[in-house]
Formats: sequence, structure tokens, C-alpha cells
Amino acid sequence: MDWQALWLSLHLASLTVLLLLPLAVLLGRWLAVTRISGLSLIEATLALPLVLPPTVVGFYLLVAFSPRSWFGDLWRQVFGGTLAFSFEGLLIASVLINIPYAVQPAQRAFEAIGNELREAAASCGMSWWRALFRIELPLAWPGILTGMVLAFAHTLGEFGVVLMVGGNIPGETRTIAISIYDRVQAFDDAAAGRMAAVLLLISLLVIAATLLLSQRIGKRRG
Amino acid sequence: MSLAVAFSAAPGTVVALVGPSGSGKTSTLRAIAGFMRPAAGYVSCGGEVWLDTTAGIDVGARRRRAGFVVQAYALFPHLSAVENVMAGLIDRPAAARREEAHALLARVHLSGIDDRKPSELSGGQQQRIAVARALARQPRVLLLDEPFSAVDQPTRQRLQAEMVELRGELPMPVVLVTHNVDEVARLADSLVLLADGKTVASGTVNEVFGRFDLRPHTGHFETSMVLHAPIGAHDPSTGTTFLDHPAGRLSVGLMAAAPGSMARIRVRARDVALAVGEPGRLSIRNRLRATVSEIAEGEGQAVDVRLDVGGETLIASITREAVRALDLKVGQPVVALIKSMALDRPGDFG
Repeated sequence: MDWQALWLSLHLASLTVLLLLPLAVLLGRWLAVTRISGLSLIEATLALPLVLPPTVVGFYLLVAFSPRSWFGDLWRQVFGGTLAFSFEGLLIASVLINIPYAVQPAQRAFEAIGNELREAAASCGMSWWRALFRIELPLAWPGILTGMVLAFAHTLGEFGVVLMVGGNIPGETRTIAISIYDRVQAFDDAAAGRMAAVLLLISLLVIAATLLLSQRIGKRRG
Repeated sequence: MSLAVAFSAAPGTVVALVGPSGSGKTSTLRAIAGFMRPAAGYVSCGGEVWLDTTAGIDVGARRRRAGFVVQAYALFPHLSAVENVMAGLIDRPAAARREEAHALLARVHLSGIDDRKPSELSGGQQQRIAVARALARQPRVLLLDEPFSAVDQPTRQRLQAEMVELRGELPMPVVLVTHNVDEVARLADSLVLLADGKTVASGTVNEVFGRFDLRPHTGHFETSMVLHAPIGAHDPSTGTTFLDHPAGRLSVGLMAAAPGSMARIRVRARDVALAVGEPGRLSIRNRLRATVSEIAEGEGQAVDVRLDVGGETLIASITREAVRALDLKVGQPVVALIKSMALDRPGDFG
């Protein structure tokens, strides 16, 4: 059992979710109410990670992380390291590929609130932030939570992009999914089986907890 | 859509916006509230300019202090009744909000439901909460978008009666969008008739109701006029309320308001009969001394006779044959007969 890889995966997934939460709320809400033209193009761009092969995403990220690109160069000047094959690079990749999983449910949840309630909040004199925290988030959070759970679970399971961007460095970029693959390659079926079971259990627990939580809140709301 | 509407409303009065669907009634309310920005327009309220496109003024909706009750009420589903009203009290000190919200709920005749969620309440209760929430902000104008359309008929009657009571206490102008002729008759002081986003006519309710040339627009809401009279007495034993109209005493179904307060009675033209001379013994109790002021012959069998009754106008729709038989002439004194049972019944614009 590769506890280090499991810990790294959980660490990566938690940080990913933490970074995605404000993004999902703000971007999801904006997408739900905006009437700008070209909205479909923006939505399509955000949904790209769903349809692109992980190797393609990984390849472009590697290109962007390279010190020869403006982004990689900027990163090196500011933080003094390279992103490729580092935990930070993995985290950036993880956030990017999880955007559709986190944002789309949030967007749907904000859309479901409807303009009438938003206008009612404005009629009551609520500021944008007040309306967000008092009206919209209490109503939209099951959708936002769903997005976070999806992103968390997806991070635990992501393989292709991690392999491309992070490689397989123990303690730095070797996630549980990579570790399972490693064990299978080494014909260590017992270890692979244990880790797969642990991953299965964690996924089950997360989903069950989410369902229970949203059911209880749903009941309380009547 | 294009909208060319202009009207004003004095504090404490009710203006009804009436017109078919798509005529721009709701858009007008939304422009006042600040949820729709017209290409060119001017909105001012209580001396404050909210919108002036030529001067580049456009006050945001949350700063406009417009109380808005929408058709579906738009209550916050996750908040209790009292919390919904408290949402409108955010300008008030936090400690006083709950008590004030409670008082507002009492004002719209709601008590004991403070902690219930909107989904646990009836349509009538939800409507009252929406009204209380709109009033909570101490709005400069109260906008009501078909506020009685989503409830059943008995509830509608009750809510309208409560609104009649409330309107006397409100210091701000009220703009009421409606399809219902009774709502206009019972609640409105003036009326703006809209069609295709344009003002067709505006004026007091009777001015607009009484214009024969507006028939193409008002025909579907049945010609009627509104009589105003103080309540004289109640007789609960016969279920009758007597009104002291200057042209004669009116008996109508029992009303809730106290003697002395003014009542409005909607009288349909087709419910008015005319008699020349003293009518004798009749079951019809309402007999108003009237003078014929206009005889408008239409194309069919019906003739509209405009009457002056103690300074107010009443229209009687009678047959051409009857006009001939009675030999009616302008200036002639007649007696207008109205069955009590025909008074103040609910009716729709359609």
C-alpha cells in the first residue's frame, strides 16, 4: 500500500477543490446570468477538457510549462522553479482539467434560481454580495457541492494528464492512480488490489456523504 | 418591444395599467423598478429621478426603493415567512428587524406562520408575504403585477378586500397591472389603457370606462361604471348594506367596511334598466334618480344611454326598441333600476 501516493492524491484533490470553489461560484454565476454574445464559445472552451484526450491536454500543458513559453518563463522568474514534473504543475493541471466538472453544475444551479428571485433581492435593496450570500448560495450550494465532489473524485482518478505533466516522482507527482498502474506493471496485483479498494471506498464515502447532506438540507428547506 | 407609455400617479392613489397580454404592462412596471432599461425614457418618483436617458441618469434597481409584487410572488424559498419580510428590512437595525417584520405580517393579516417556509403556505398567504416584503422597504412606489391572478376566486375576493383596506393607509402611489375589471373598479383611482405598447387612453376609471369610442379596446371587459357612495347602514339580518348615494339609496350585499366609509360599486351597463315616471311596486330595490345625457345608438340591437346620477355617470345598455317605446330624449328625467344581486359581482376582462 503506497500511503504516500494516497496522501498526495488526497492533498492534490483537496487543494484543487479549494481553488476551484471560488472560481465555480463566480464563473458559474456569471455564466448563468450573462447575456453577452459568444457565450456558447466560452462554454465550449471551458468544456474542452471533457472531450480532449488527456494526452493532448497534457502535451499543451507541458508546452505552456516549459521555460521557453511566456507562462513557464514568468513562473520561473517569480517562483524560481519549473512547473513540469512538480506538484505545483500538477495542481495547475488539475484545476484546469476540472473546470467543467466544477463550473457546469454550479452554473446549472445558479440558472435554476431564476431571475425573479435575483430581482426580488435587488428590490429588497440587497447588494450583489449580500444577495449572493443570503439568497443565491443557500439555494445553489447543492449544485456547487456536486461540482466539488465531481472534481475531487475526478482528481483522485486522473491518470493521463498526471502522467504527461507530472511523471511518476514519489512524494512529488506520483498519485494513487499512477501508483496502482505502477504496481500492476510490476505484477504486484495484491498491492494494486488493496489500493484500488481503498480508492473505491473513499469514492463511495464521499458520494454517500454528499447525498445524505443534500437530502437533509432538502428536507429542512421543505 | 417598443413601449410608448406615459403616466403619473399621485401619492396615495392607485393607477391601473390595463391591456391585453403583450401590451407592455409588465414591461412598464419593470422599467419603473429598474429591471428593464428603455432606450429612451424618464422615471421619477417622489421628486427623485430614477431614469433619464437624455441626462444619462439610471439609478440601479437596488437603490430605487420600488416595492415590487410579481405575479408568482418570488418569495425566497429557503427563508421563512418572517425572514422573507426581514429581507426587505436590511436598511433597519438588525435587532429591530424581526419585530418589524412581525408587525408587517400582522398588517397583512398574517399571524402564527412566521416560521413557515413559503412552500408550506397557501397562495393567499404567499401573496400577503410578498406584499409585506414589498412594504418593508418603505418604498416610494408600490408596483403590483397581477397580484390576485394566482389564487382561487374566494381568496381573490378576500385579498382584494384587504387591499382596498390597505390602500387607504399607503402613503405612496400604487401601480397595479391587471386583467380584471373588478380589481380596477374596486382598487384603482385612475386607469391607463395600453395596447401594443402604447397608451390608448388614460384618466379616472369612469372617464375611461365611460368612453364609447374606446369600445374596440374595452369592449371585452363589458361596459361598466363605478358609483361612489358612503356606507349608510348594515343590516346583517337580511345580509344587506345600504349606501347613501345622492341619487338614491342603494342596497348591496353585506360589506365589511364601517358605516361612513366610502364604497365603490361597479355597475354593468347591461344590469341597468330604465323607467319613465314612478316605477311602482318592484323587487328591484335600487332606484336612482337620473337624467339622460346621451343616447348612443350602435349597430345592433343595443343602445347605450348615458345617465347623470347625482353628479356621477351611469350607463344603461337597453334595446333600441325600448328607447323608442319610452320615447327617451336627452335631458329627460328617468329612474335607473339596478338589481342588488347584479352589483359588485366578480368579472374578468377576459
